[in-house]
Amino acid sequence: MVGGDVAAVEVRDVVVRYGDTTAVKGVSLSAQRGRVLALLGHNGAGKTSLLQVCEGFRRPDAGTARILGLDPVAEHDALMPRLGIMLQSGGVYPWAAAGEILRLFASFAANPLSVDMLLDRLGLRKVEKTRFRRLSGGEQQRLSLAVALVGRPELVFLDEPTAGMDTEARHTTWQLIEELRADGVSVLLTTHLLDEAERLADDVVIMRSGEVAATGTPAELTAAAGIDLLEVRADPGLDLVGLRARHEVTEKSPGEYSITGALDTRALADVLAWFATADAHVTAVSSRRRTLEDVYLSLTSQHSNTVGVAI
Amino acid sequence: MTSMSLSRGHVEILQFLRDRTSVIFTFLFPALLLLLFGTIFGDSYDQPGVSASQVYAASMLAYGILTTGFVTMGAGLALDREDGTLKRLRGTPLPIMSYLIGKLLLVLVLAVAEAALLILVGVLVYDMPLPDASHWLTFSWLFVLSVVACTLLGIAVSGIVKHARNAGAILNVPVVVLQFISGVFIHPITQLPSWLITVASFFPIKWMAQGFRYVFLPDGMKSLEAAGSWELGRTALVLGAWCVIGLVLCLTTFRWSERDR
Repeated sequence: MVGGDVAAVEVRDVVVRYGDTTAVKGVSLSAQRGRVLALLGHNGAGKTSLLQVCEGFRRPDAGTARILGLDPVAEHDALMPRLGIMLQSGGVYPWAAAGEILRLFASFAANPLSVDMLLDRLGLRKVEKTRFRRLSGGEQQRLSLAVALVGRPELVFLDEPTAGMDTEARHTTWQLIEELRADGVSVLLTTHLLDEAERLADDVVIMRSGEVAATGTPAELTAAAGIDLLEVRADPGLDLVGLRARHEVTEKSPGEYSITGALDTRALADVLAWFATADAHVTAVSSRRRTLEDVYLSLTSQHSNTVGVAI
Repeated sequence: MTSMSLSRGHVEILQFLRDRTSVIFTFLFPALLLLLFGTIFGDSYDQPGVSASQVYAASMLAYGILTTGFVTMGAGLALDREDGTLKRLRGTPLPIMSYLIGKLLLVLVLAVAEAALLILVGVLVYDMPLPDASHWLTFSWLFVLSVVACTLLGIAVSGIVKHARNAGAILNVPVVVLQFISGVFIHPITQLPSWLITVASFFPIKWMAQGFRYVFLPDGMKSLEAAGSWELGRTALVLGAWCVIGLVLCLTTFRWSERDR
């Protein structure tokens, strides 16, 4: 599906308030066509509120949102046939069977996917005739995903798509999302699962208390945070006083030194230079790059600063 | 849009039938009341061959439609709004009209079944004679106008229901009050103070009950009506006006979810 250069999602300075609390405090982000963007954050970080603005469920209190180039509230009717929306919960007829629900939503679409194919792919065939309220949490989630996909959307919004799913269902879901991307479908998903974001996302936006704390590809985010652990093997029992003044250093076991903290090139050079001045025999050096999880945890904890990486 | 409305109506009806408590309470209650009233107030009017039970059978049709249209619709919509069904549908290409038509189909099917049941009880238990063809014609337009007006008002009023679990209680207050002042439970209506009849005249239920009495009772019974005649023209006018008012209220007050007020 060719959308020209119109972004899948273009959000500018969006503010969402509920009474006195401000859930989203001026967020801007953009999601490119055919890519998967993961919105990461703790519960209450404003992910769902932001998603609701994108889905046209609520008007932002300030700022603008353009979805596939359209205003999600004013141009709702033109936009909806092109979107697939998976809500966190609720809103499915509890007394209707899984198959009936999916067929109902398929009937809303001009050119729906095969209901049978979706039931098979998502492992819902055996519960096709089971009423929604008797489905397990994971089955309800899978049905909800099927409902979002049945209309062949160009862009899907998935709010915590794998919450409550078992490992197998989670992997099926990931596979489906990767297939969607391969078909050129744009995906915006929220999650607080780091492995999910690391596996699926082309772009990551980390939100913290209603603000964007960081944006970038998983690689950029982890690279920007740099090396956070350096392990050096050298002579045991070196006097570390001089090095301790500038770095966090410990001798874990005799001759095994580990230096922690955000280590940029200058810091690395400084550490190795110190070993040189100490006339130590360095026999091994290894470094560990930070994972998305480290970045996420440091960003979403209270005292951290914003790491800015442009997409 | 038609097929969307039909598939929505299909699911609505399935939903209703599978939720057995609502089947019993909403659907059978008017018939139960009819049996109760018909048994308690069995005496005859001075019209030859007309029993109080037959009058109740006719008037109770208005109650059946009101409770089906107004309460089922109002409570159902409030529930759909609260549990997120409306919101989820909002996130699909389904136009609002198809959603409402789906609901209307449910009400229509229920109201037809309700009317059939009440007429059946009237005929079998209370020997209410079935009317001739011209009266059935009146019945048809009266029925359609009543269902549409009550349903639209049900949709409109669902917007002011804060919590779905209170919907039944809230919606039944106007329903029960109107039964008493509109000549459904108490007939002849002329037993009421005239100002109360005037109040009732502003609402559809008085006209619905009066119309159904015209359809099912001998012409002589019109002497017991407030105006001494059946006033069919005025009935059509008032019900038509309520359809318009209901539609305007629906379009102006409709909300997809609870919070976006």
